[in-house]
Amino acid sequence: MDALIAQLQRQFRDYTISLYQQGFLDDQFTELKKLQDDGSPDFVAEVLTLFFEDCVKLISNMARALDKTTGAVDFSQVGASVHQLKGSSSSVGAKRVKALCVSFKEYCEAKNYEGCVRCLQQVDIEYKALKTKLQDMFNLEKQIIQAGGIVPQVDIN
Amino acid sequence: MATKSTGGTEKTKSIEVKKKLINVLIVDDDPLNRRLHEMIIKTIGGISQTAKNGEEAVILHRDGEASFDLILMDKEMPERDGVSTTKKLREMKVTSMIVGVTSVADQEEERKAFMEAGLNHCLEKPLTKAKIFPLISHLFDA
Repeated sequence: MDALIAQLQRQFRDYTISLYQQGFLDDQFTELKKLQDDGSPDFVAEVLTLFFEDCVKLISNMARALDKTTGAVDFSQVGASVHQLKGSSSSVGAKRVKALCVSFKEYCEAKNYEGCVRCLQQVDIEYKALKTKLQDMFNLEKQIIQAGGIVPQVDIN
Repeated sequence: MATKSTGGTEKTKSIEVKKKLINVLIVDDDPLNRRLHEMIIKTIGGISQTAKNGEEAVILHRDGEASFDLILMDKEMPERDGVSTTKKLREMKVTSMIVGVTSVADQEEERKAFMEAGLNHCLEKPLTKAKIFPLISHLFDA
């Protein structure tokens, strides 16, 4: 059993580091993990749930505002939703999503429709990719705990 | 509707053993930020209430009974934004420390206007313990 725990812990460590190296996460995610304690063991999961709910709502708002069939495109409305998503992604350390929001905002300000549509598609792909990666990370945590082990603190630096 | 959460009595190397629990109002329209800031305040050693926008924050102070050591004030909010709320609270003679929370996209003039509304300090999102603690450590003195 110890060998299994050690293997799972190694996998978890390597996987978590890869998420930072591949640019999915930044230091703000580390800050979230540091805030979690025994009194609030689901804090990170809770905050991430709020983030992914934000993504769904804001991406839907952006798609609606970019829909030419309903009338003229409202770039300021799109920009407002992008601004909010940038804020949320910054708060949870969702580095790639945040970076996309920076480009997206520039396209909104330039009223560049094709650029906005491309960014919208990319943001949708990126938040879903992050969600899958984080679910895999949490599954590894669960496996470690079920095997009787402790989830290791991962030092990114 | 405002909500409360209770903090612990966490000690840090830089703080004297004797310290009080600080009472914080978190004013932010984003539930994610409200939760994050609640947790930061809890781990620093505070209790917090939240308000979803500036109007809720003003209503909390209307009867003169509210007493917060610290108010974390988001800048962009519906109904009443951070600038208007800060001005209103200062007009109402609220003496709490008010720390404005801005986004990196905010221009220098916007931050200046926010400060001039009556803030004690301004911090950029995302908030972290390291950013906020140096500004408020004196509030823990019993």
